Amino acid sequence: MAELSATPGAGAVASDALQSLNAARWTGFSTIVIREYGRIVRIWGQTLVPSAMTAILYFVIFGSLIGRRVGQMGGFDYMQYIAPGLIMMSVITNSYGNVVASFFGAKFGKHIEELLVSPLPNWIIVAGYAAGGLLRGLMVGAVVTLVSLIFARLPVQHLAMLLAAVLLTSLIFSLGGLINAIFAKNFDQVNWIPTFVLTPLTYFGGVFYSVAMLPPWARALSHANPILYMVNAFRHGFLGVSDVSVPGAFAIMATLAVALFLIALTLMNRGVGIRD
Amino acid sequence: MPALSVRGLTKTYRNGVQALRGVDLDVAQGDFFALLGPNGAGKTTLIGIITSLVNKSAGTASVFGYDLDTQLERAKSCIGVVPQELNFNQFETPYTIVVNQAGFYGIPRAEARVRAEKYLRQLQLWEKRNGIARGLSGGMKRRLMIARALMHEPRLLVLDEPSAGVDIEVRRSMWEFLQDINARGTTIILTTHYLEEAESLCRNIAIIDKGRIVESDRMSNLLRGLRTETFVLNVRTPLAAAPRVVGYEITRVDDTTFEAAVSSEQGLNGLFAQLATAGVEVVSMRNKVNRLEEVFMQLVESRGQGG
Repeated sequence: MAELSATPGAGAVASDALQSLNAARWTGFSTIVIREYGRIVRIWGQTLVPSAMTAILYFVIFGSLIGRRVGQMGGFDYMQYIAPGLIMMSVITNSYGNVVASFFGAKFGKHIEELLVSPLPNWIIVAGYAAGGLLRGLMVGAVVTLVSLIFARLPVQHLAMLLAAVLLTSLIFSLGGLINAIFAKNFDQVNWIPTFVLTPLTYFGGVFYSVAMLPPWARALSHANPILYMVNAFRHGFLGVSDVSVPGAFAIMATLAVALFLIALTLMNRGVGIRD
Repeated sequence: MPALSVRGLTKTYRNGVQALRGVDLDVAQGDFFALLGPNGAGKTTLIGIITSLVNKSAGTASVFGYDLDTQLERAKSCIGVVPQELNFNQFETPYTIVVNQAGFYGIPRAEARVRAEKYLRQLQLWEKRNGIARGLSGGMKRRLMIARALMHEPRLLVLDEPSAGVDIEVRRSMWEFLQDINARGTTIILTTHYLEEAESLCRNIAIIDKGRIVESDRMSNLLRGLRTETFVLNVRTPLAAAPRVVGYEITRVDDTTFEAAVSSEQGLNGLFAQLATAGVEVVSMRNKVNRLEEVFMQLVESRGQGG
């Protein structure tokens, strides 16, 4: 009983300490996000505009000029069919690109040390950078969606699914970018994965075509490409059509997000690429 | 409880370089402590471990009683660090840099803005707060790193070569500032190549060489142990040869400049008495090298010969 009577006071102190610790962590997390937002806005010509430009070119060349000859795909105009894929492509590229450039830049300029000497736990640092990537992915996704609306009518069949797909995809590639940046020792290694892995996977991920058009072996191979699930889950949110099982796609995305977060956290905890 | 306590700290880098070989060190609360050593002695590695930028190989370290292995967040909250190399984003403004740093230590933005003004003003950077940090002068960049390190008002401030490349005027004002915050209770650990800086600022000192602490004592005790000092004498009338003074070794630099080696037992009175008798008028005198530098060189050289 003596212990019980002493407990409430101690519990209150512990609770206050925990609240203040959580408040400090939240402040730290939001500071990373604010800093990332500042970076995105400061160099808007590099971060927000190029994807809109690329989307316009895709719509004009693939959608309008070539698309007219393609006709319908999945029961929709070709322009309508590729719009969700193009939005997702910009989200993927920008989420990844934001974190890989920002984190590697911080390593290269040594200002990553500002975070490493601070009391922020590594999971907050990982979450902060991932949130920065998410922010850029969503900002660019919104810009490209607006551009898409100039060229195609985009009905929204399942808003929640659409948002969940874009959030998970952006998170996955933000974490992927972070892992790339952790390992990268020079700028070549920052560009290597986006050029030789990400771009081919995106182009073969059902952005421009339905995998139903492919021969069986290519279709089977496509199902090993995670981007296929992301693009189709997103397209399902807009148009209500998908080449893959939508619940399966979400299960794959959630698993990937968790796995990449854990990998990034483990690398940070071990100090790979950031601590001697 | 010491501000910093280090026991058996070792660090071997992946390339096999053994930077620390069992360092034991205590720094008392409120101290102004100098950590000296030649290049590659292990100073920056030691500071890197204390500030979590370098993973240790073995040993323990605690800051105000918080163990770096088990209470890392609390230990880090107590430390502010001014590194040797510039490590802020050169494309951000000084204001953004310091406000963000406060945020990383959990200080709410409103409070961070107040502190930003306080420390940027104290370090004469307020007028430059909205320019790009890359455009600051070398001295301003150093001061910016000090302002940044103070934003969470740390109990222990670690400065690794803070005045490297800084002109004398800025260095002096930096010294005054550091003495002031030390007087208000902040413990300071300083590494520097300017031994005059360590001698005039620090009360206690440790000398590290080849990854080991070779001396740790009060500054006054260490200087008292100085065996021989060399003084440079300027005389009024040019002399073709060094004056002969019994018991002292005098060497000629030029017609009006001579160097005299004086041991701690001899003192200077005997030297001046004999020079006066010989009709040599000394117009000025100075130490050839800083006294701490003498001690430092004696310690490092004797270890070099021994090992």
